Amino acid sequence: MSLFFNALFNGISVGSVLLIVALGLAIVFGLMGAINLAHGELMMLGAYTTFVVQNVMKPLGEPLFDLYIFVALPLAFVVAAIAGLILEKSVIRHLYGRPLETLLATWGVSLILIQTVRSVNWTLTLAVGILCLLYFGGKWILQKQTDWPRIAGWANSTLLALSIAISIVTGIILSKVDSDTLNREWFSARNVDVTAPAWLRGGLPVGGVQLPYARLFIIALTIVCTIGVYWFLNKSLWGLRIRAVTQNREMSACLGIPTERVDALTFALGSGLAGIAGCAVTLLGSVGPNLGSSYIVDAFMVVVVGGVGKLVGSIVAALVIGSFSYLIGSGTLLLVFGDIPPLASFFEFFATTSMAKVMVFATIVAFLQVRPAGIFPQKGRTIDA
Amino acid sequence: MTSDFSRRKFLILGSAAFSTSLLLKACTTPAGDEDAATTDDAGADDAAAGGGGGDTIKVGILHSRSGTMAISENTVVDAELLAIEEINAAGGVNGKMIEAIEEDGASDWPTFAEKAKKLIEEDQVAVVFGCWTSASRKAVLPVFEAADHMLWYPVQYEGQECSKNIFYTGAAPNQQIEPAVDWLLENKGDRFFLVGSDYVFPRTANQIITEQVKANGGEIVGEDYLPLGDTEVTPIIAKIQQELPDGGVIFNTLNGDSNVAFFKQLQGAGLGPDKYPVMSVSVAEEEVRVITPEYLTGHYAAWNYFQTVESPENEKWVSDFKAKYGDDRVTNDPMEAAYIMVYLWKQAAEKAGDAYDLEAVRAAAYGETFAAPGGTVTMNPNHHISKTVRIGEIRDDGMFEIVSATDAPVDPIPWNQYVPETKGFACDWSDPEKGGKYEEA
Repeated sequence: MSLFFNALFNGISVGSVLLIVALGLAIVFGLMGAINLAHGELMMLGAYTTFVVQNVMKPLGEPLFDLYIFVALPLAFVVAAIAGLILEKSVIRHLYGRPLETLLATWGVSLILIQTVRSVNWTLTLAVGILCLLYFGGKWILQKQTDWPRIAGWANSTLLALSIAISIVTGIILSKVDSDTLNREWFSARNVDVTAPAWLRGGLPVGGVQLPYARLFIIALTIVCTIGVYWFLNKSLWGLRIRAVTQNREMSACLGIPTERVDALTFALGSGLAGIAGCAVTLLGSVGPNLGSSYIVDAFMVVVVGGVGKLVGSIVAALVIGSFSYLIGSGTLLLVFGDIPPLASFFEFFATTSMAKVMVFATIVAFLQVRPAGIFPQKGRTIDA
Repeated sequence: MTSDFSRRKFLILGSAAFSTSLLLKACTTPAGDEDAATTDDAGADDAAAGGGGGDTIKVGILHSRSGTMAISENTVVDAELLAIEEINAAGGVNGKMIEAIEEDGASDWPTFAEKAKKLIEEDQVAVVFGCWTSASRKAVLPVFEAADHMLWYPVQYEGQECSKNIFYTGAAPNQQIEPAVDWLLENKGDRFFLVGSDYVFPRTANQIITEQVKANGGEIVGEDYLPLGDTEVTPIIAKIQQELPDGGVIFNTLNGDSNVAFFKQLQGAGLGPDKYPVMSVSVAEEEVRVITPEYLTGHYAAWNYFQTVESPENEKWVSDFKAKYGDDRVTNDPMEAAYIMVYLWKQAAEKAGDAYDLEAVRAAAYGETFAAPGGTVTMNPNHHISKTVRIGEIRDDGMFEIVSATDAPVDPIPWNQYVPETKGFACDWSDPEKGGKYEEA
């Protein structure tokens, strides 16, 4: 009984991590059909937000500091959502319906984000700030003052070139200034330390085992997020619009739904959920620039197996994959089938964490041969795009 | 019309790009020249100060200054530069100043080989200090062997190598892993669970540990490997709980990010250091800082050096290091090994008379001793050094409480005696008959 209970709890807890990581992607990739390889890096932004919040709240002392995770969660959502919004407006928007280009572009974006986190300092921030200010500010003024459509062609490129040149020169000058505040990297390439608040560090003793509070917290958070997403998609006005655009973009546009704003909102929502996932995984693992790469494959795996376009598919897939990889990796199946010699030696061979991964992927490949569209296939925008 | 437009656009964009590049050039070139000029000046000054031959001794420093390994390797470069600065301030090598030429291996193994070639052929250095990962060492090894040149390597590694052209100042397995297992068997119990990252070092290490534990009447109850960078350790923890319900020893050869996940989740599952002490071999002061002591207090690590070693040499070294690089910096084992190797090379070069006569320097190195921060070390004819082995318990301030130290330096054994393929082999470069791998009588 205790074995069963333990396996059930651990399977759910592994699955809930998979689900919270995949939830944002289920929206971005599942509903919108945009292959976003920068999803992991949006998680990383959420994790770094948690790190910053933790350090800012440290001086507040014990009772308040212990609650930092509740400040970090919404902030991580906001930061990642804004980053996602910028990404959508600048890159993804131009690539809807072209999955290969989206794949390459978002992979590039993910590299940019990783390097940015590694090398960001005040000089870089100022240079980028100046660039944005000059370009967008200049454009705004020109649009007010001149006959913009007439000069748009050359004015735009001149303005951009000038802004880039000025900001690069400023950056170089600033980097020559011998100032620690300006040129000290905020995070640097090394991993940063995020310590879970004291009340999340122990565990709840049940029977002979101890259920880690951090795991319970993630399971609760996953449930809240899933219910929230469900409510948003099925009960709110914007959710209705998102579903409408997912099913038929042209018809929705005809009926007066602002499809571009719906796209931006959907993408921001998915990105924000990635931020929350990033905040959650700081309770379990390390926080560094490469954080995203260890989760991105799992996230896609869950969405693909679940069936692109259906949230319930992702939920079921996350739980099934989580339990399955736990059961194989931990050798629990070995105990169950221990009496049957060929099965026992088979499961013993796969009963290490890295071999369990092989087994899980092999099973998924086999499964997708039978059901190429996943557990719950549905027609989405990917079909008609 | 359209073609006209795009041509105009092309002209504008092209000229904009060109002017930007001019601007960049204008800004960077003088700075670059300046840098070059200062190094030249420094070289000239050194030469003048050195007097003697009116010449400097060039040494190469070949580490990753960028890429994933930069975090670790930068600290080692800091230690090497500190040693070179001290040697120069004390009058250099036989009166000649050391001139360090730095190259960036960029965490990319072919780049390491390329830069090693450059240091040897173009810069004509007397010696190269460098590398961290075994992969980078294996990549430069053929370069150094082909040129019959000399590399000094400062990191603890898996052994099973003994090149004439490399001096190893990090620990061989018998100077870190084996004493740790002995200590655990004596103090913490004989039921072991082995956890490691899934690549060559942990697998080789665990093979050694398994043989050793068996030979001493202990038992390996389980063994598991996590892909590098993976953070889901629930199955491993469940296995530990299942195999060791009443506690036992966990031997940890995980590397990198997985360590953080492992310790965080271990604590969450209630496996504390009182019943489940973890012995790590790749967690030093710097890693403790990132994992944070909250999760680590009470666990153990095995190294040759900890910052908390009590000796006048160490006090001086730590304070010199902090004075040069800042109060928040810590010193650790690979840094100490890097510091040692520069001094050992200097002593050998002085004894040989001519630092560029590699054969003489090599012969002079054997038997050289140095009072290192972690205790006296001796270079052996097998190109590894004898050094003290220590076990540290992690304190809540992130430093190590040394709970065990060998009375005398332990002699290095590069070819592992627990692994059947290399059992009975040894290495001795002082005797031309024996060489890198000979069978002991």
